[in-house]
Amino acid sequence: MYLSEMMQAGGLFQLAPLIIAFPILGMLINIAVGRRMSEKQVGIVASTAVGLSFLIAILQFIALKSVPEGARVMIADWIQVGALDIPWALRVDTLSVTMMLMVAGVSALIHIYAIGYMHRDVRHQGFPERYSKFFVFFNLFVASMMILVSADNMLMMFVGWEGVGLCSYLLIGFWYEKGKDGIGNAIAGKKAFIVNRIGDFGFIVAMFLTFYTFGSLQFEEILRQVAITGEANQGAITAIALFLLLGATGKSAQIPLFVWLPDAMAGPTPVSALIHAATMVTAGIYMITRNSALFNLAPASANLVALVGGTTALFAATIAVGQFDIKKVLAYSTISQLGFMIAAVGMGAYVAGIFHLVTHAFFKALLFLSAGSVIQGIEQGAHDLEGHDEGGHHDFNPQDMRNMGGLRSRMKITYCVYLIGALTLAGIPPLAGFFSKDEILADASHINTMVYVFLVIAAFLTAFYMGRQIFMVFWGKARSDQAAHAKENPPVMTIPLMVLAAGAALGGVLNLPGMHSLNRWLEHTLGHLHVSEFNFTVAGISTALAIAAIGIAWLIYGRKTLEKGEHDPLRRILGPVFVGMENKWWVDEAYEFLFIHPYFILAKFLAWFDIQVIDGAINGLARLYNYLAGFLGRFDMAIIDGAINGLGRLVTIISDSLRGWHRGFARNYALPVVVGVILVMTYFIFR
Amino acid sequence: METWILTLITFFPVLGTLIILALSRENKEAIRWTAVVTSGLTFLLSLKMLAMFNANVADLQMVIRQPWIRLAGFKIEYYLGVDGLSILLVLLTTLLTPIAILSTWTAIETRVKEFMIFFLLLEVGMVGVFLAQDLLLFYFFWEFSLVPMYVLIGIWGGPRRLYAAIKFFLYTMAGSVFMLLGIIWLGINAGTFSMPELMAQGGIPSHIQTLLFLAFAIGFAVKVPMWPLHSWLPDAHVQAPTAGSVILAGVMLKMGTYGFLRIAISLFPEAATRFAPWMALLAVIGIIYGAAVSFAQKDVKKLVAYSSVSHLGFVVLGLFALSSQGIQGGILQMVNHGLSTGALFLVVGMLYERRHTRDMEDFGGLWTVMPVYGTFALIVTLSSMGLPGLNGFIGEFTILLSAFGSEAIGVPWIAALAATGVILTAIYMLHMYQKLFLGPVDKEENRVLKDLNPREILTLAPILALILCIGLYPKPFFALMAPSAERLAALIQAATLAVR
Repeated sequence: MYLSEMMQAGGLFQLAPLIIAFPILGMLINIAVGRRMSEKQVGIVASTAVGLSFLIAILQFIALKSVPEGARVMIADWIQVGALDIPWALRVDTLSVTMMLMVAGVSALIHIYAIGYMHRDVRHQGFPERYSKFFVFFNLFVASMMILVSADNMLMMFVGWEGVGLCSYLLIGFWYEKGKDGIGNAIAGKKAFIVNRIGDFGFIVAMFLTFYTFGSLQFEEILRQVAITGEANQGAITAIALFLLLGATGKSAQIPLFVWLPDAMAGPTPVSALIHAATMVTAGIYMITRNSALFNLAPASANLVALVGGTTALFAATIAVGQFDIKKVLAYSTISQLGFMIAAVGMGAYVAGIFHLVTHAFFKALLFLSAGSVIQGIEQGAHDLEGHDEGGHHDFNPQDMRNMGGLRSRMKITYCVYLIGALTLAGIPPLAGFFSKDEILADASHINTMVYVFLVIAAFLTAFYMGRQIFMVFWGKARSDQAAHAKENPPVMTIPLMVLAAGAALGGVLNLPGMHSLNRWLEHTLGHLHVSEFNFTVAGISTALAIAAIGIAWLIYGRKTLEKGEHDPLRRILGPVFVGMENKWWVDEAYEFLFIHPYFILAKFLAWFDIQVIDGAINGLARLYNYLAGFLGRFDMAIIDGAINGLGRLVTIISDSLRGWHRGFARNYALPVVVGVILVMTYFIFR
Repeated sequence: METWILTLITFFPVLGTLIILALSRENKEAIRWTAVVTSGLTFLLSLKMLAMFNANVADLQMVIRQPWIRLAGFKIEYYLGVDGLSILLVLLTTLLTPIAILSTWTAIETRVKEFMIFFLLLEVGMVGVFLAQDLLLFYFFWEFSLVPMYVLIGIWGGPRRLYAAIKFFLYTMAGSVFMLLGIIWLGINAGTFSMPELMAQGGIPSHIQTLLFLAFAIGFAVKVPMWPLHSWLPDAHVQAPTAGSVILAGVMLKMGTYGFLRIAISLFPEAATRFAPWMALLAVIGIIYGAAVSFAQKDVKKLVAYSSVSHLGFVVLGLFALSSQGIQGGILQMVNHGLSTGALFLVVGMLYERRHTRDMEDFGGLWTVMPVYGTFALIVTLSSMGLPGLNGFIGEFTILLSAFGSEAIGVPWIAALAATGVILTAIYMLHMYQKLFLGPVDKEENRVLKDLNPREILTLAPILALILCIGLYPKPFFALMAPSAERLAALIQAATLAVR
């Protein structure tokens, strides 16, 4: 192929599989020689692989500029059985490339950050040899995520869908001997996988229904079929949409399946940033958008989607207010923000949903990584305090905001970027979060009032808990010696933070009011979209509320910062409500009581039943037979033998053979078998 | 070659037993090498068969058909042949046998000579079952394979080996008696034991089909085993030596599902259609029940044993979708289960050899101590869980999809219910992995465990390669069976249409 030909759109599209191939290559290199390379080399291999993916994504973007309808890129056949024919094929269009750019871009930055973060973390945890393993899993994650977003059919998307789930499992439990009782992290990983499998069950059933309704699992074909037969299949489409929603509530941590995400914070912080904030958890929003044609025809299901999103946004925001762990606040915030996006796509505001997905990827990754910077800064402080003394503060929790305070002066860069992230999340103009969140609110205001009210309250709480976090972590005086000795991190960590901060601040340009560039971009894939006009009333209300919320947070936490050992003032103000927030409204406890414990009892019961009843019946049968055989034996001795003994010699010979028959056979179990054979044979022959 | 290759594959292991018979029982190394080389050559022969196999043909290939026994008007033939329904199972058998033998290298130290003789004879029986086309020949191999396994469990098994062995033997025997009755009835009334001829003749009256189907189904259901006839399995598996468990789960259970396919469905399609919903229901009960009981186990080998009840439920569900897709999915899942569960038993065996306990409470954190072992076990666990990209998923998805739309089963909710298996399987499999491999290394004895040696890696590596290969590119596997499966599906369709 000549270079000029290559540079044409068609040629560029053919490069798309490399987006998946590069991370896999990086993974294979690190599996093969990772343990023999230096940490720096391992990190560079992994980051370069993702960087190359990003480069290819940019090339796809360029190609789409000239051929906006995109292309289908075949890689290989996959499953061909009966009527099912599913290839490994990629769908390159404006929607998938938007995701590719976001995933590869954010991943590349987090990979670079992780070079520095994991260098310290593996030593802090005491397993330096696991350094390369981390990047193996990290690269595998990027590859899986790329499969998910670029898949041309539902089944291949499902490969990526479960693939990212696997990486999530492995990385949540990366320090699998740590956590509560030494097993807490491993249990958190398992919980994530199993809860996600409940969602995956929904995805699988949705695929069955889709296949039998439209005869295909390929997105393009489904779209074509929906246009023709959609109205006639409304019942089936509603069901498909409901099962897909179940899938989305798993991966995107919505009610009722959100419970795994807070526990997932057990993973190293780069994992929380990349997988559990920026990319994987948005898969549900992407999947719904990808199947928008179906949701458009199933208003009942779509309404439920919006309601689930709105409720989750509000519910999770209340919990975030009552948390003390710096990462848990961000985790519940993520659930809440995902609720915003789910609500958006449920209301048909796909562009708003994807817009918020992209800006959120930047500012939430930024917040998590900055939180990681805070944690490691404090750990470094603790390390310096202890010297190399192995004893000391082992019960010290470097993630508890009550142990922080005053970091503003000790970690200036981290403070600055954290502040940008927090203000973006709070929705302060002109930062990116303001535009994307407002687009959702504007749509909600005239589509679904209840969802609108939920989201506005959630937005208020968001600004409040971020204010609370900033004041608790960075303002006032240090509440622990460790925090007092905290140190800023090296540039390998802070530079990615600055890049992300720039993205968070400026990301709004993607879809500025009046320009709607993202709208026009996604229209090539999603068909005609309604354009949400900028609504000054809505924007004014939410901005005012955000500022008010930060003001209240300042009144409570900023004017006079928390002292060492002092209770959260909100506990006094809100009373039992705060206890509920702090304890996550006891959802985990309720699930334990309603589902986990009963399943455990059921399993135990069935195991008992299996041995006592099912196997017991068989053993009982054997015992019964033994008894019968014994009886027959005595009968044989006493009566038959007795009679026979009285007869002559000839008869004795016959009796001997008979006895042989009885004694030899009757003592084992074969006799009933033989008798059975004879009886049934007789039936067949003489019937 | 055409006519002799199948005979050669079936009886080649006998050559090994003859050599071993001639060897001194003290010369354990030579005995082991003879066994592994013989079974390895058998595998190569079966690869030759694969090379000779024409995947575009639905008919039996490489057929050999000779009069064998003539008895009271009955004509029993020596009749072997291979087609798309059986070729993968033959290959599975010849692959797993050398692997299982390799796994005994240090695990079996007593009576090595007898062990290897019986093991090779076992292979003869199993391969024979998959190749026989005469019902009585099939029955002969079926019963023949029972004896070596009975001995393997009874002599080299765990503390309750005698109970387990006798139970295994009698349970299977009792089931196959009904099968023998069915065979005799067919011989008397149809005048032939040849399966292809019986299939071509058809025309067995409906109510007789029902009886015959039931007679064979009981025999096969015990072997699979289907709920509620499974209670021999946990005992047999737990007591059997590792290699025995590998073969028992990997191959022998498939004799049951294969029997369903080759005889109960192929010869009595009408009855099979009528019973399909009930078979599917039992399969789903097995899937859920097996998964739940697995979760309650403390002994890791028992956990894996019960998982077979659950996994084989998927196979039966696929076969009784009675469509080409379902049948192909079912066969592929037989292979998948053979690989994954075979590997799981190997993994458990490697652990038992090191620690002489199977109680999951005795372990924890093994991934740290034995990284290669931990990674291999992880892949096998994920394969068993049906992770997309690995083999199990392809089979499960194909099966569930076909069952969901199956006309014979008739109701989609059975497949939807079966799909909850993906959740329940994750629960017990991840529970197992966590108990063994995650958490801190808190037992002193586990700190010094050695990672896998080259021989152990060699036993697992081919299985892992296939796990990946089938998951990423199942096309050639489906292509091998497609013509035969499609023809069978068409035959079932015609038979059921005729009834209506």
